[in-house]
Amino acid sequence: MQTLYDKLWQSHVVYEESDNQGKQDGTALLYIDRHLVHEVTSPQAFEGLKLAGRRPWRRNSILAVADHNVPTTGRSHGISDPISRVQVETLDQNCEELDITEFRMNDIRQGIVHVIGPEQGATLPGMTVVCGDSHTSTHGAFGCLAFGIGTSEVEHVLATQCLLTKKAKAMQIVVEGELGHGVTAKDIALAIVGEIGTAGGTGYAVEFAGSAIRALSMEGRMTLCNMAIEAGARAGMIAVDDTTIEYIRGRPFAPVGDLWEKAIAYWRTLKSDEGARFDRVVTLAAAQIKPQVTWGTSPEMVTTIDGKVPDPSRIDDIVKRHDMEHALKYMGLAPNTPISEIRPDKIFIGSCTNSRIEDLRAAAKVVRGRHIAANIKLAMVVPGSGLVKQQAEQEGLDKIFLDAGFEWREPGCSMCLAMNDDRLAPGERCASTSNRNFEGRQGPGGRTHLVSPAMAAAAAVAGHFVDVREIN
Amino acid sequence: MKKFFSCEGLVAPLDRANVDTDAIIPKQFLKSIKRSGFGQNLFDEWRYLDHGEPGMDSSQRKPNPDFILNMPRYSGAEILLARANFGCGSSREHAPWALQDYGFQVIIAPSFADIFFNNCFKIGLLPIALDADTVDQLFHEIEATQGYRLAVNLRDQSVTTPSGKLFQFDIDSFRKHSLLNGLDEIGLTLQHSDKIRAFEEKYRAAQPWLFT
Ligand code: SF4
Repeated sequence: MQTLYDKLWQSHVVYEESDNQGKQDGTALLYIDRHLVHEVTSPQAFEGLKLAGRRPWRRNSILAVADHNVPTTGRSHGISDPISRVQVETLDQNCEELDITEFRMNDIRQGIVHVIGPEQGATLPGMTVVCGDSHTSTHGAFGCLAFGIGTSEVEHVLATQCLLTKKAKAMQIVVEGELGHGVTAKDIALAIVGEIGTAGGTGYAVEFAGSAIRALSMEGRMTLCNMAIEAGARAGMIAVDDTTIEYIRGRPFAPVGDLWEKAIAYWRTLKSDEGARFDRVVTLAAAQIKPQVTWGTSPEMVTTIDGKVPDPSRIDDIVKRHDMEHALKYMGLAPNTPISEIRPDKIFIGSCTNSRIEDLRAAAKVVRGRHIAANIKLAMVVPGSGLVKQQAEQEGLDKIFLDAGFEWREPGCSMCLAMNDDRLAPGERCASTSNRNFEGRQGPGGRTHLVSPAMAAAAAVAGHFVDVREIN
Repeated sequence: MKKFFSCEGLVAPLDRANVDTDAIIPKQFLKSIKRSGFGQNLFDEWRYLDHGEPGMDSSQRKPNPDFILNMPRYSGAEILLARANFGCGSSREHAPWALQDYGFQVIIAPSFADIFFNNCFKIGLLPIALDADTVDQLFHEIEATQGYRLAVNLRDQSVTTPSGKLFQFDIDSFRKHSLLNGLDEIGLTLQHSDKIRAFEEKYRAAQPWLFT
C-alpha cells in the first residue's frame, strides 16, 4: 500500500545513491519533468552552466517567465529600475540563446510562475515539478511532486534533468466536513500553519485529504498547497480527481486525443491507497475554521477574526515570549487588541497564493457597489497572469474594483515581496492576500496581515478588519 | 563546491527563532545576477540603521550598534548560533551565499528549514542541528565568556566547546562525503548519463504526453 507521495517518488527514481560500503541513506537521483524558471534565481545557474560548457538536458521541459521584478504599471516604457531591468533581460537572453520557451513581459500569457504553469497545462498530474522558488509546492494541487530548489539545483536540473534528493517523511492533513460560508482555502491554510507551526511540516511531504479538500476548486487547492511551505513542508499535494482532470482539459500544454485518454487513465491512479501509512496525521474539522488574520511576523502568528492580539506576558516559554514581544513591537500592536480594531493603510490582493480568477471574483463580490474606506491609502488588485486579467475584465471585475477605488494592475509578484516599486512605507499596515508576513517582506518596516481575498476586500471597505461573514 | 573538513572559530549568538531568508538577505539584493558580494548585506535590516539598496557603499552606512555582528567581541565570527527553524521562507540560495560571503563556515541551530538546509550543502556551508537544550547551553556559555570558540570536525561529526565538552551531530553519509571531497555534483550526476537516458526512454514509452 502506497501513499501518493510514494507513487510519485518511486516513478521518478533513476537510481539510489549508496556510500562506499553500499549503504543507502535514501538519497536518490530523481528525474524532473517540468522545470519552471524565473529571473531571480536563474542567472547564476545559467552562468554556471555556460562556464562549464554544458547545455540544458531537455529544453522542452523548461518554461520561463519574469515575474518578481516586473512593474505592474506603465509597461510600455519597459522597466525603469536599471538593476531589475538587467535581471529580466538576462533571463530573456538566456532563453533566447538556449531556445527555451519564455513568456516575455508583454505577452498576455506572462504572469506569476506558479499561476501560469497550471493555467497553461504545463503542470500535469504525476509530474515532478521544480522551480527556484519555495512556493513551487503550489503545483502539488495537481497530484504532482512539486518543490522549490536553490540556484545550484536549478543548474543541476538544467544540466542533468535530475536532482539528487532525499525522500521525506509523509504527513497527511485531513480536513473533514464543510467549510462555513465565507471561509476559504486560505483560511484552511492559515489555520493549519497556526496549528502545526511554521516548522511543523519540516522534513515532510504533506498530502491534504478529506471531504473539505475534495470539495475545493483547483484554485482553492493551489492556495492550500502554495502555503504548505509556510508550514515548513517542501511539498504539498492532493490526489487527482474529476476536478483536477476537468481543470486541465483543453489547456495549451495538455495532451489531446489518444494521449489524453491514456493520460487520464494513469492520472486516476494518483492517490494514496486505502490504508497507506503516514508518519504523521493531523486532522481538522472544516466547520470549526473561521476567517483567519495574522497579527505577527510569521504565518504561524495567526488568530481568528473574532480573536485578539495575544498577550506575551501569558506565555511561559521564554523564547516564544521573546519572539512574540519582538513581533508585536514590529507590528505596532498592543496585547489584547481585538483584531477587528486593527486598521490597515493598504490593501493588496494578489500573489501566487490568491491572484487567480476565483480569488478576484470572491473579492469583487464583497466590494461590489461599495467604496474603500477613507483611511485606506491604496488598495490594489494584481492579477496572477495576463490571462487572469483578461478573464476578469471580460467578467467586468475590473470595473467593480475601479469603481470601489481600487487600482487595477498588470500581473506579477508585486507587493507580495516588493522587489518592484509596489511596496509599503515604513510603519504602513497592509491587509494582504499573499503568504508571508515576515519583517520587511512588503517593504522595509512594512506591517503585513495575511488574509483571504474576501477578508482583504472587506477590510478595504470597512477600513478595519471585519468578519466577511457579516458583510455578505 | 568548497571542501569542508573542520573549523575552529569564534561564535556569534543570534538569539532568535524562525530567522527567515528575507531577514538573512533582503530581497532588494536579489536583483544581482552575480553569485558573490552578498556578505556586506547579510542581515541588512538588522545590521544597519539606514535602509540598504544595492550599490551602496556599506562603509558609509550607519551600523546598528546593538546588532550582534556589529559588537566588537563577535567581530570575525565564523560560526553562527541561532534558534529553531533557521532559514525558513524562500528558496533563495542568496541566503547561504551571504552567510558564507560574510565569513561564516558553520551555522548551529536546533533545526533548519529544509530548502535552506539543502542549499547550504551545495556550497560547502555546514548547517549543524543540535538539540534545543544544548543550543540553549551554548547561548549561556557564549554570553558568559569573551572570545568563545567552538571546534567543529566534520569527519568525526563533533562540536567541541572550550571546556572540552563534545557534542555529536548527524549528517547524511552522501552529504558528508560530498562536503569532505568538495564534489561537483553535476559532474558526478553526468557520470550516470546512460542511466538517465535509459530511464528517460522507459518513461517516455509509459507517459509519452510528457515529451510532446
Ligand atoms: S507571488 Fe510572492 S510568493 Fe509567489 S512567487 Fe511571487 S514573490 Fe514568491
